[in-house]
Amino acid sequence: MEWLTTVAIILGKSLLLLVALLVFIAYILYADRKVWAAVQLRRGPNVVGPWGLLQSFADLLKFVLKEPVIPAGANKGLFLLAPLVTCVLALAAWAVIPVADGWAIADINVGILYIFAISSLGVYGVLMGGWASNSKYPFLGALRSAAQMVSYEVSIGFVIITVLLCVGSLNLTEIVRAQEVRGLATMLGVPWLTVLNWYWLPLFPMFVIFFISALAETNRPPFDLPEAESELVAGFMVEYASTPYLLFMLGEYVAIMTMCSLTTILFLGGWTAPVALPPFTWIPGVVWFVVKVCFVFFMFAMVKAMVPRYRYDQLMRLGWKVFLPLSLAAVIIVAAVLQVTGWVPAS
Amino acid sequence: MTVAAAFFYLFSCVCVASAFMVIASRNPVHSVLFLILAFVNAAGLFILMGAEFLAMILVVVYVGAVAVLFLFVVMMLDVDFAELRQGFLQYLPVGALIGVIFLIELVLVVGSMAIDPELVKTPVAAIPPVSEMTNTAALGQVLYTRYLYFFQASGLVLLVAMIGAIVLTLRHKPGVRRQDVAQQVARTRDTAIEVRKVPFREGV
Repeated sequence: MEWLTTVAIILGKSLLLLVALLVFIAYILYADRKVWAAVQLRRGPNVVGPWGLLQSFADLLKFVLKEPVIPAGANKGLFLLAPLVTCVLALAAWAVIPVADGWAIADINVGILYIFAISSLGVYGVLMGGWASNSKYPFLGALRSAAQMVSYEVSIGFVIITVLLCVGSLNLTEIVRAQEVRGLATMLGVPWLTVLNWYWLPLFPMFVIFFISALAETNRPPFDLPEAESELVAGFMVEYASTPYLLFMLGEYVAIMTMCSLTTILFLGGWTAPVALPPFTWIPGVVWFVVKVCFVFFMFAMVKAMVPRYRYDQLMRLGWKVFLPLSLAAVIIVAAVLQVTGWVPAS
Repeated sequence: MTVAAAFFYLFSCVCVASAFMVIASRNPVHSVLFLILAFVNAAGLFILMGAEFLAMILVVVYVGAVAVLFLFVVMMLDVDFAELRQGFLQYLPVGALIGVIFLIELVLVVGSMAIDPELVKTPVAAIPPVSEMTNTAALGQVLYTRYLYFFQASGLVLLVAMIGAIVLTLRHKPGVRRQDVAQQVARTRDTAIEVRKVPFREGV
């Protein structure tokens, strides 16, 4: 009977996280559109509910109530499986993300590898959707996307390795704790100034590379070539309508949230307060986590609004000829510095 | 324990079934997708054995990179199925030979364990208990201390293979315009603009 309660507790936690995440994403979508509108001096969604706050829920209803269209020439099974794969994989990554100290559903030893593995599977939804549509634009979009996502995973992997070298563990909770107790601030003799402990400062170039690679990995503008509407209509999702389309869109935004929280955990100290002194430490860790995630997402949204789309060969050049050598060199430099100075974390 | 056994049978059944479907399905894209399913289930089996690092690496490397390239190539191929079936009898002897070799090897491995159970219990290095060390750290210590030279040598072999592939496929066609970013950035006012004085009523 004991394992039954364990299963029930895990199910309850998962459900709570799922609901919280989905409601959060509804407002992240709204914020994305509002930021974009503000940059272009428009009003953005402002009709449904006060200040348009219910816009995302209206969109949800609209998508669910519409008729799903399956093209006659499509491979039916794969066509419907593709959006499910995208959405389920994106949500699965959240099983290991600690939103506060000890608040992860599964606190596994290889948490960061798990997220890396799950996010590298995200490309299958795109490839399957593009191929199963049996149509030219989706197929071109899927091919572009596969090449793009595989390219940027490499540099993300190396950036993660530099952080792991400093932490000495693959566990996400350990990564945050390492930034809480040791780092630049401790060396300078001001251990309460945790904001300096976080890895964004000592590993600043890696932070920038990770942020840009995260944009490319989640197909956000300026790297949204798989769905470049001016040349490919909507890329791999051209043939999708109603709920399957909604699942693609949801999966995309969940993946963006995953990348934002991964940036928070790796470089911005997760749930820790920027200054470990009373007024800041009274605020619960989960609030700090959400605030940091929102900050990273705000940068995502501003990039979308301000930067023009890359050309395909420029995108490939940036990934393979700039980020890959830079991050590879950084792994060697960080390892050498840790070894020479004796800052290697005790395992 | 029963839960672990249930998951073991689930993963292994799906793994074997999808491995069979890899060779049985008519559409090569379906074959690759079943191959991916087999990989993921194998990763599940690794996790049940407590080898979490291997499981994640299996998913990252094989499913996340190798199978994507497979799928990429297979999707773009224009496969003629009738032509594929024609060569079946021709390749049957070679395939059967390889199958028999694998079968004999499997029998030898399982048989040696049945004859002498002590064989598998005598590892070269002592295996640390799971409670003392995560298997990521254990693998790292073995690979980077005891087998460092072999590990580096295998890395070199892969590097040679990579350079070979690049050498074989890289060719510069004449007459193709390429973007030279360094050249674009290095442009100055002098090389880009020419100021000319145009005589009045005469033109350039």
